[in-house]
Amino acid sequence: MKISTLNFLKTNLIIIALFCFGLVNAQEEDPEKSKEKNEQELNMDAVFSRPTLSFDKVPVTVGGYLEANTMHRTEEGITDGLSFQARRLTIFMAASISERIKFLTEIEFEDGGKEVAIEFAALDVAFHPLFNFRGGIVMNPIGAFNENHDGPKWEFVERPDVAVNMLAATLSNAGFGMYGKTYSGNWIFGYEAYLTNGFSSRIISNEEDKTYLPAHKDGDNLFEDNFSGKAMFSGKLAIKNRKIGEIGISYMGGTYNKFEDDGEEVEDQAKVDVFAIDWNTTIKATGTYIVGEAAWIWAETPDTYTQQYGNKQRGVFMDIVQPVYKNKIFEWEDATFNVAARFDYVDWNVGRFKETNTKIGDQILAVTPGISFRPTPKTVFRINYRYEWKTDILNNPAERAATWYMGFSSYF
Amino acid sequence: MRMKSYLLGSLLLLPLFFSCEVLAPQEPEEYELLDGPVEDLTMAEAKRFIKGDVAFNDQIFTVETGLGPIFTGTSCVSCHAGDGKGHPFVKFTRFGQSFPGVNEYLKQGGPQLQNRAIPGYEPETLPPGAAHTDLIAPIVTGLGFLDAVRDQDLIDMSDPDDLDGDGISGRVHWNTRPDYVSDRPETISKDGKYITRFGKKGKMYDLLHQTADAYNQDIGITSYFEPYDTYSGDKMPSEIDRQTISDVVFYLKTLKAPIPRDQDDPDVMAGKALFGDIQCAACHKPTLSTGYSPIEAISYKEFHPYTDLLLHDMGPELDDGYTEGYAHSYEWKTPPLWGIGLAKDSQGGQYFLLHDGRANSIEEAILYHGGEAENSKNLYRGLSQIEKDQVLKFIESL
Ligand code: HEC
Ligand code: HEC
Repeated sequence: MKISTLNFLKTNLIIIALFCFGLVNAQEEDPEKSKEKNEQELNMDAVFSRPTLSFDKVPVTVGGYLEANTMHRTEEGITDGLSFQARRLTIFMAASISERIKFLTEIEFEDGGKEVAIEFAALDVAFHPLFNFRGGIVMNPIGAFNENHDGPKWEFVERPDVAVNMLAATLSNAGFGMYGKTYSGNWIFGYEAYLTNGFSSRIISNEEDKTYLPAHKDGDNLFEDNFSGKAMFSGKLAIKNRKIGEIGISYMGGTYNKFEDDGEEVEDQAKVDVFAIDWNTTIKATGTYIVGEAAWIWAETPDTYTQQYGNKQRGVFMDIVQPVYKNKIFEWEDATFNVAARFDYVDWNVGRFKETNTKIGDQILAVTPGISFRPTPKTVFRINYRYEWKTDILNNPAERAATWYMGFSSYF
Repeated sequence: MRMKSYLLGSLLLLPLFFSCEVLAPQEPEEYELLDGPVEDLTMAEAKRFIKGDVAFNDQIFTVETGLGPIFTGTSCVSCHAGDGKGHPFVKFTRFGQSFPGVNEYLKQGGPQLQNRAIPGYEPETLPPGAAHTDLIAPIVTGLGFLDAVRDQDLIDMSDPDDLDGDGISGRVHWNTRPDYVSDRPETISKDGKYITRFGKKGKMYDLLHQTADAYNQDIGITSYFEPYDTYSGDKMPSEIDRQTISDVVFYLKTLKAPIPRDQDDPDVMAGKALFGDIQCAACHKPTLSTGYSPIEAISYKEFHPYTDLLLHDMGPELDDGYTEGYAHSYEWKTPPLWGIGLAKDSQGGQYFLLHDGRANSIEEAILYHGGEAENSKNLYRGLSQIEKDQVLKFIESL
């Protein structure tokens, strides 16, 4: 996912050039229009549904978001003190190349620019609402979070454990595929299907010492080489009822190891399958917003492995956001105070030890209550308190940690 | 009005945020944990301790960093979680030697069975008919104190011919040692052999020997000290630097001795007395002392490990037919009992005791004792239930 400094400079130059040519023109959206649009959108539309992006009038738009926070973590009574973090700066650039052909890229700068990642860079060609082509570096449509990960959309500083530490969000790969949508009364139905590069053996040989999909992202030449030589399929079906809510089911998987080298079979072919369900809804009566995803991973590990690297993983997260005050505050017409809570759970190794028939640990459980203030929907200030219990593989008594966060995230 | 109260409410949260210890998990008491340094390290020593701590507890080897190709674990901590006793999930097998002397299976992968392999390699399998034993990792705390006990003190405790007639002999393990280790203060040698004291058969000379061997045999990491690859047998460039190994050795030397709990409890005190009365203390020696050590915090100190570091005949039930160095297959080194009450916290919530974890309770471990400990075990058997419970409670308090 890392790109070289040279590329980084190039990207910067392009951005600066765009500014100089005055092509940049972020559009404010009419709130009424956007509400109506919202109702017709699925989670998968998140890529293009970003408040500062507009494809209407100008050929190129630039937008992005910034996230910063303070953090204070105490682990088993020991703390490293307070730290200030500017977690990420993400820049989007979009262009309507001609009618029905658009380009969008999302570039993330993490750790003060030391890590630059292209999260998305794809060309979209619309043939028919049910039939759109997308190719380039695409985000694999798995779960709720991966395609819809912009900081300002969430009430929590941390990203969900299951999405980031089990499913490898934000996961994008070079490849192409199709997506589309259709409507009928209150119902919306959407699909996505892509073939991309797949995972690598790092998922079963890494410093986490466990089956760990995110380890794939430390690999080299991710957007050029396909480690296994076999395409990975990822796809999603989503259905939404405007009155009830949305539910999505998604899958990605394929061979992850280099089982052939120079035509010689060097390892048994090994596969990984990922399955996820996500949901979101707003309870009309109370305005409560609920979003979450549950995911399962099955990974084939070599016969020569012990249970250190699990074959089965599962996890879930769910956010509940309750607006408690929505009104004009100072000059902000539509300011909102929310109280929110998140539940996180991941089990990286589901099963029992063969040696002792006792449960394998390697789990995390966390609850995060929080409050947030949104002067406008595009900007969120949030205070979170996260309490977590983490057990090692042997299932020893959990290590407890509590973290306070205070931060903001805003589109620009 | 309402808005004001919300704003006020959030403002009230601010001070809470800056007193972040609020709602934070409390630090466990020092006596509940095994890890942590001995008291009175100098600041320079404390820094080295932390470097070793990181290498021991955080450095996980992967294919890229030299793991394997065949191995039994990927890091020290994978088997020595929390510096405590190991879980049977990460036990390993040694094989190939039935009598004092030399392992006959060195060419077939002995003595250690590397039962795991990186993708594309075959791990070792046990040659049919080879003598073998399973071993779970011992607690590694307080090793600096055990390391600094003078050789002469061990000889003084030993009684190979049972001259005192108590049925308990106990002998030091005279064994060869690699060239790269250096003498401990006042070391004693006999016919080119030295007194070795680490490992369950007591075959390792010191903590450098143990550590360099662990990197090589357990993780497949070659070093200046142990340059031979366990898979090919070829001499390989070092996959870890000497400094890191020496930091880990320093870490092991300066890990604190486990702190006993509930020592004022009347049952514990009664149990302690009984422990002496029924001869347990003849092998599980309550008090030893160190000689000179360059680390002042462990130099000339008295400590309470409940071991004599000697080899004992433990009878047929604990004889797996496999041995190391010049020990017999029925001989085992008395394991220290300190920290045993905290073993559950590193063994997934339950006990796995004795060399291979076969005993699921302290009592079961006692009942496996035989050989020189037969008499002591029978004395334990003869105790009333209340007295037995007191002995067990005492052991758990260590
Ligand atoms: C695969 C599991 C495993 C790994 C990995 C492992 N150990 Fe061990 N360790 C053991 C076992 C089992 C023993 C007992 C061996 C014996 O009795 O000879 C042991 C014994 C020891 C001892 C001797 C303690 C005593 O009281 O005699 C020390 C010290 C030690 N290990 C340090 C290390 C270090 C340092 C590392 C990392 C470089 C390491 N170990 C890696 C399983 C492991
Ligand atoms: C002759 C010496 C000797 C005597 C006497 C003796 N032990 Fe042991 N003990 C050992 C040895 C050696 C082992 C390790 C055996 C093994 O691992 O297979 C051991 C193991 C243990 C263990 C398990 C330790 C562990 O870390 O797994 C406990 C508990 C124990 N002894 C308690 C006692 C009690 C209580 C008594 C008195 C009734 C006693 N021992 C008497 C030598 C002795």
